[in-house]
Amino acid sequence: MASDDIWILGITMTKFGKRPEDDVVDLAAEAALGALADGGVTIQEMGVLAAGNLMGAAAGIGQQLQKQIGQTGIPVYNVANACATGATALRTAIMAVKAGECDMGLAVGVEKLSGAGLLSGGSRKEDADTWTPKGRYGAVAGLDGRVGTEIMPGVFAQVGMEYGYEHGGATFELFARISEKNHSHSTLNPLAAYSKAMTLEQIMGDIMIAYPNTRPMCSANCDGAAAAVVVSDAKLKTLDPDQRRRAVKVSASVLTSDPWDEGCQQLPNVNTLTRRAAVQAYEQAGVAPEDLDLVELHDCFATAELVHYDNLQLCAPGEAVPFFESGATWRTGSTPVNVSGGLESKGHPIAATGIANIWEVCHHLRGEAGDRQIEGAKVGLAHVIGLGSACGVHILEKAA
Amino acid sequence: MVSTQRSWPHDRIPVEPRGCDTFGLPDDRRLDVAEQVPLVDYLVLGDEPHLQANECTACGARFFDRRNACASCGKTEFTKAAIATEGVLRSFTIVAFAAPGIPVPFVAGIIDCDGTQVRANVVDVEPDPEHVTLGMKLKLTTFPIGEDSAGTEAIGFGFAPLEAN
Ligand SMILES: [Zn+2]
Repeated sequence: MASDDIWILGITMTKFGKRPEDDVVDLAAEAALGALADGGVTIQEMGVLAAGNLMGAAAGIGQQLQKQIGQTGIPVYNVANACATGATALRTAIMAVKAGECDMGLAVGVEKLSGAGLLSGGSRKEDADTWTPKGRYGAVAGLDGRVGTEIMPGVFAQVGMEYGYEHGGATFELFARISEKNHSHSTLNPLAAYSKAMTLEQIMGDIMIAYPNTRPMCSANCDGAAAAVVVSDAKLKTLDPDQRRRAVKVSASVLTSDPWDEGCQQLPNVNTLTRRAAVQAYEQAGVAPEDLDLVELHDCFATAELVHYDNLQLCAPGEAVPFFESGATWRTGSTPVNVSGGLESKGHPIAATGIANIWEVCHHLRGEAGDRQIEGAKVGLAHVIGLGSACGVHILEKAA
Repeated sequence: MVSTQRSWPHDRIPVEPRGCDTFGLPDDRRLDVAEQVPLVDYLVLGDEPHLQANECTACGARFFDRRNACASCGKTEFTKAAIATEGVLRSFTIVAFAAPGIPVPFVAGIIDCDGTQVRANVVDVEPDPEHVTLGMKLKLTTFPIGEDSAGTEAIGFGFAPLEAN
């Protein structure tokens, strides 16, 4: 009898970086066709399509994509969930297969962000002629810069500094060393937007954006796409031995939002929902944090990576700083984190990220990661946070 | 654009006090004192300026914005709660790059005011990590942020090092 397990049958990410010749649909099509070919299937076999493009969320990237690669009449879900958009698209396809509506589905995430600058989230209009209270705070003028900051580098800087307030040790140099690790890892990733190592001095001496995040400690805005084909256990059993051998089991697929707690509407609390997602995922998968051979987590800023070591229970509570200092999260360590280079160096085309991190994990579980292969990798975890907030955690396992 | 020229608004009558004591003064004094509005609804001006939250009467959760219901428990009754004017710096960043028109660098922080987290700028301090430190004690301060074309002055707030006060 078939189980209700779900498998990744095919998965692809495009080269991340500047892709001036390609529009959003070109990138989505490249990833989608790549994932279908990788899985040895066609668009005609897909029973559902879930697609995300955050910057063009109103434009219906799913149907635009169909018009290029196959208008087969299947249900299309265009999803938007901030930086968790890709993971949400994947989970939507997984839910459709799990619900028995179809036995195969396609998920796509795509973004064009090259040249978007570093200021996503920051805005302040010119002050009006008269002070008129507006909005939910009755503000008579723009608040960005007057009541804290709205820019993401500043918000996530505070997330990391808050961890330092609670547990100590969160110095500028420590955060820069996390960035040094990820930039070093990306030298082995030919699909990364940036694949140059950076010294600690270069990172700390670069342009300060929002202390303690300098420019290379911020996620790299770039173009890119990623796509995955998911298949039910029953359907997989009917496929060729080669397809079955390369299939990767989705042992857990979890999406959470931010539960209320004191202060969460002042500084987004990216911790509690990540903790909850991780707990659920480990339980679903029957896997413990120490079983993980590699982790791709949402290092949108160097300051964010630190707190997620703790949130994902890769270390004991409050011990993220000594955990990192032990070398555990380097590719040579006990729990390699972001061996792809992470968002800081591989790049962060927002809606693609939540599938691209799963591609990275699958690549290692299949033993196809080339120079950067984590030897013998059997279990991996992929994590994303979309501010607002949404958290996606997937645990993936090598086919037995 | 906010005009820097001041012209007294003879024909303007404040629609509601909005917690601003200046509005309650007798007419003869109002001619001497610039009309003031707080930058946000939750800033209460007057002799002892303070921040004021909407506190859920059922669970005690505090919010600074206009509420539809409580995000913690879902109930819909709120009361006004005065927030402590002194607190501890729980987190901060020094913003060096911001949207056009925002002066940088500035210090954005989260201040723990007796258990209620407040988002604000840290002011009256050198904006560098030698002078701004986690756990430092701060106190609410208010200051004018400019006049509009009718001569009304908007009052903003920030938190300044306690020692300097
Ligand atoms: Zn409540």
